[in-house]
Amino acid sequence: MSDPRKITRLIQLMGLAGVVLLFLVPVIGSRALVQDLFGVLTLLILAQNWNLLAGFAGLVSVGQQAFVGVGAYAMFACVILLGMDPLVGIAVGGVAAMLLAIPMAFFSFRLAGAYFAIGTWVVAEITRLCFAQWKALGGGTGTSLPKGTTKTMFGVPEIKSWLGGSSSAASDALTYWLALILALATLIAAYLFLKSRMGLGLQALRDNEEAARSVGVNPTRLKAWVFMLTAFGTGLCGALLFIQITRVTPEAAFSVLDWTAFVIFITVIGGIGTLPGPIIGVIVFYFLQRTLADYGTVYLIVLGCLGIAVMLFARRGLWGLFTEKTGIELLSLRQLPPTENQAR
Amino acid sequence: MEPILSTHGLTAHYGDFQALFGVDIDVRQGETIAIIGANGAGKSTLMRAITGLLQNAPDAITLRGEGIGALSAPEVLERGISMVPEGRRLFPSLSVEENLLIGGHTRTGNGVWNLETVYEIVPILKERRDHPGTALSGGQQQMVAIGRALMSNPDVLLCDELSLGLAPVVIKEIYASFPKIKERGASVVVVEQDIGQAMKIADRVYCMMEGRVTLQGRPDELSREDIHNAYFGVAS
Repeated sequence: MSDPRKITRLIQLMGLAGVVLLFLVPVIGSRALVQDLFGVLTLLILAQNWNLLAGFAGLVSVGQQAFVGVGAYAMFACVILLGMDPLVGIAVGGVAAMLLAIPMAFFSFRLAGAYFAIGTWVVAEITRLCFAQWKALGGGTGTSLPKGTTKTMFGVPEIKSWLGGSSSAASDALTYWLALILALATLIAAYLFLKSRMGLGLQALRDNEEAARSVGVNPTRLKAWVFMLTAFGTGLCGALLFIQITRVTPEAAFSVLDWTAFVIFITVIGGIGTLPGPIIGVIVFYFLQRTLADYGTVYLIVLGCLGIAVMLFARRGLWGLFTEKTGIELLSLRQLPPTENQAR
Repeated sequence: MEPILSTHGLTAHYGDFQALFGVDIDVRQGETIAIIGANGAGKSTLMRAITGLLQNAPDAITLRGEGIGALSAPEVLERGISMVPEGRRLFPSLSVEENLLIGGHTRTGNGVWNLETVYEIVPILKERRDHPGTALSGGQQQMVAIGRALMSNPDVLLCDELSLGLAPVVIKEIYASFPKIKERGASVVVVEQDIGQAMKIADRVYCMMEGRVTLQGRPDELSREDIHNAYFGVAS
């Protein structure tokens, strides 16, 4: 059988080629493909953040839609009320979500396990109801970005003159590239974080909480950091999503189904607690969506059944199953034994 | 000499079950203390209480006169007490080097212990620094656990059942590293079921039975019979 290390290297090279190809999609692909892949990439960003939260820090939140919604509303507020460029609004959206994470952690960290999950959901619902009262941004019915905002935002005219085509297509290309960069940055940041001193503490906590505490790892402080950082990433993604959608309502921005349930599904089937897991999950999700889109509710039933099957028969997800069967590891945080010529 | 670490009438409970009944021990600067006793005597519970894994009244445990009984495990470590836990408890996700590094996660102290000095006393660990911690032999894993505890440069090093599950020759090697650890300034408390080993390395010995200290003294002061009585609760 071939050496798993060689296959791993091959997969890494293919991954790299895939990334280059993804960067070229707005140049060589159709606008519909760009829009489709934008959706996939934003789901991937949300899944990577939720994976870090639940898979590594053990914080199973079902209130991540709160950060998407706050990110989106903060971006709309920046554009509509303060006249800022939407791209600045994305950064503000991330910061606003991180600020929301502070009181949210204050309440929900007093709860554990299932109660924590319910607590985060309740806080998300309260946040949604609060934003539905914000009359300047349309209250319960929501609002749209002023006409032409996305066509004139920073970078769009340049992309338009470079690629040709319409301003809308250039705007789609820009948001797509931003989503791709954010997805890659999240993956790299998660890997570096997990290899840092704090990340070592997080992995130690996952291995054995009591032993980790006895070497000085403070579980609450560490988990609070992860909660805030993933809120930032989720908020950035929320703002970016709604630049492309151009219209926000409390129901859409704080949708538990779109921004948390699908995200949990993607992470669980891909492989929770592994970095490649959400990538595999989002690919499977995308193809299922494409294949079953015409079957209405059957689509959701199939998704549910697949999720249950994976949880029952491949607890570490499809990536975990693949790793187990082939010995191939990618972005592994576990230490591999050295090869024979390295070992003495 | 004033003790650096003391317990004062220390009690501990697991739910309704009381595991310690008024335990008093003193550890002085630079001393090696051995705590001996049969299974279930309360030795490991005493270690867990001192390291903050079991909460207690603030003044039930004092370090340099400061009450630390109510502090959490990370806070106790920050003040200078670290532990080599029973069963080593290395982190399987981490390499040998990462297992050592996490020992200095929150406190690196001002002492001499760092990666290089730990590798100096156990050179094999440097060779295997990239291996998973749990892929080493039992003795090497124990040395990683000791190194991990030293990385915070503790004033007091607690070692819980170092010899558990290890071959006698390996145990001898592990204890051979103790003089090097002691000469760099730490006080050491060793929990040990092997009475002979404990007598060899300790300046003073405490014997525990059913959650109480039943005997204490210098190894040369204690007769075989005293120890037998204190260990098993019956005359030999």
